[in-house]
Amino acid sequence: MKKQSLGLAVALALLTSTAIAGETVKIGFVTTLTTPAGAIGRDMVDAAKIALSHIGNKMGGKQVEFIVEDDGFKPEIGKQKTDKLVKQDKVDFVAGYIWSHVLLASRKSALANDTFMISANAGPSPMAGKLCNKNFFSSSWQNDQSPMATGTVMNKDGIKKLYIMAPNYAAGKNMVAGVERTFKGQVMGKDMTKWGKDMQLDFSAELAKAKASGADAMVVFYPGPAGPAFMKQFEQAGLSKSMKLYTMFTVDALSLARLQKANLSGVLGSYNTMFWAPDLDNAVNKRFVADFKKKTGRYPTHYAAQSYDAIMLIKSGVDAVNGDTSNKDGMRAAMEKANFPSVRGTFRYGNNHFPIQNFYLRQVKKDANGDWFVSYVSTVVKDNQDPYVGQCNL
Amino acid sequence: MNLTLLIVQLLNGLQLGILLFLLASGLTLIFGIMNFVNLAHGSLYMVGAFLCATFTQLTDSFILGVLLALPATAIFGLLLDRIVVRYLYQRDHLDHVLATFGLILVLNTAAHMIWGPDGIVVPLPGWLDTRVEPLAGVVIPVYRLAIIAVGMAVAAGLYLLITKTRIGMRIRAGASNRDMIGALGVDINLLFTFVFALGAVLAGLAGMMVAPITEASIGMGNSIIIVTLVVIVIGGIGSIKGAFIAAIIVGLIDTMGRSYLDVLFEQFMSIQNAETSAPAISAMLIYILMAAVLAVRPQGLFPPKGR
Repeated sequence: MKKQSLGLAVALALLTSTAIAGETVKIGFVTTLTTPAGAIGRDMVDAAKIALSHIGNKMGGKQVEFIVEDDGFKPEIGKQKTDKLVKQDKVDFVAGYIWSHVLLASRKSALANDTFMISANAGPSPMAGKLCNKNFFSSSWQNDQSPMATGTVMNKDGIKKLYIMAPNYAAGKNMVAGVERTFKGQVMGKDMTKWGKDMQLDFSAELAKAKASGADAMVVFYPGPAGPAFMKQFEQAGLSKSMKLYTMFTVDALSLARLQKANLSGVLGSYNTMFWAPDLDNAVNKRFVADFKKKTGRYPTHYAAQSYDAIMLIKSGVDAVNGDTSNKDGMRAAMEKANFPSVRGTFRYGNNHFPIQNFYLRQVKKDANGDWFVSYVSTVVKDNQDPYVGQCNL
Repeated sequence: MNLTLLIVQLLNGLQLGILLFLLASGLTLIFGIMNFVNLAHGSLYMVGAFLCATFTQLTDSFILGVLLALPATAIFGLLLDRIVVRYLYQRDHLDHVLATFGLILVLNTAAHMIWGPDGIVVPLPGWLDTRVEPLAGVVIPVYRLAIIAVGMAVAAGLYLLITKTRIGMRIRAGASNRDMIGALGVDINLLFTFVFALGAVLAGLAGMMVAPITEASIGMGNSIIIVTLVVIVIGGIGSIKGAFIAAIIVGLIDTMGRSYLDVLFEQFMSIQNAETSAPAISAMLIYILMAAVLAVRPQGLFPPKGR
């Protein structure tokens, strides 16, 4: 009995100590830590922790409390975890969100409670357009932006007939729309494959269709665990000889590490398009990449880069109000300036709070140690803004 | 319709069916003979893939990797039977489902702890990583043909084992009437352990075959186990022959749906609607087939005799 009441007292003490508001800056972080996509979440959390160590775990003079939750790659779990962070932990910010469908399911839980929401990856079109919100910020991109840049690259390369493959979910649809927005040639065929925890990973039927379609190039969007699987099967099917391959969010540090271990060198020399590269030349990025490699032994992915920026973005808001997190207007005004040390150099925010930023052509190369990484080649578009900003009335 | 594409897609469907058969044969035996619902069958598929990936990395040879992973998966199956599964045989189906679902979580987490959250890419030896062109325009990866060959060999081996050997006779008897063969003095526990290990090896083999195509990854068995259950329900629980035919049917329907449904839909709806609805409907096709089979023949297409 005595022990029980002691335990209860300890529990109460713990509960009350966390319930005192305003002592710390609380950041909730929703990402995927389990399922085959768990490696992405690990990268994001590692990067956020490096950002926190770079700022001495302090924002606006207050200690930061960083709470990580796993969405299990499921929209309904992501929403539950967001609810928990907002209502139970009473966080000041929820950040993270790899997947567009998880973000769309979770948005109300944060935004209806007047809590800031920072997407460190997903950029579904509704959040940039009709559903834009004064308390929502993106530290990544809108889904259409990278594929639009990819379409521009393909036009330059003289591609006339294209085959498109992407997963059948919100981001996949945006990616396809983005490519079609800028690509001037003919789309010979398109496949949207099953996505989620039980995603389709065997693309034999789709690759056979692509080959039969007579297309001279193929563009794909296969993030996370589907990336290496697709790259391998593209090689195995012998398509690399007859078709040029363009990828979006498919070849990154995570998939390259796996492909290198298996020595599948077909990916070396391939191109893709993104807002950032690990060797992008600016001081913030150099420090981030060096520290990330030192701590984890891996190259950071774009997921990591965006998570680092998410923490820095939050800090810029909290610093501006000297840690008074009840001053939402002050924090919002500061964050809208995008005035923080970003791994992408300088950029601006559009009035829908999505970045207006450059997109770069990147190529898979070997570094001095023989490790494979995606290297900056050239700038494809400058100061690119997403096409949905007109639908946002902020 | 493009004939060469049709031939390629038929082979793709056959290859998927063969993979499903490797999983379904073990599951249907375990379910049919031991009356044991093993949701963790997909985890054995994952364990097989990871063991094969590890051995392939150690030996630098996929073939050696498979040869080492097969006995390792068998030992793993035996241990699982000794430590967990054997205590569940006498319980009812709900307990089976709960316990084996728990087993899935445990094995996924264990794999996460041992191999990390990344998957492992399994490289193929050069001679398997090429393509052949048996007919003009029909280009097929050699490895896909190798999967079909291995699956056919396993099917033939299982056929001989079940119909021509003493242990096969006992397995058939067990599938027809469990209690009776126990009463006739057959050591039912030994038979159960053998069947469970056999099922584990078959599931593991499927995982090893698929690893070079996709990769060894955590939870890879979770989605395939559902399709496998569909296969054994269509084929008739306990029947190897039913599992074989149903697996081929399901493999073909799934592949054909992914290949041609959007073209079919474009005939009577807008291209945009066809593009979004075709993948959703094609993912449903096998369940529609299962519902149809259950409505007409609730016992499945080829149930074992004597029930």
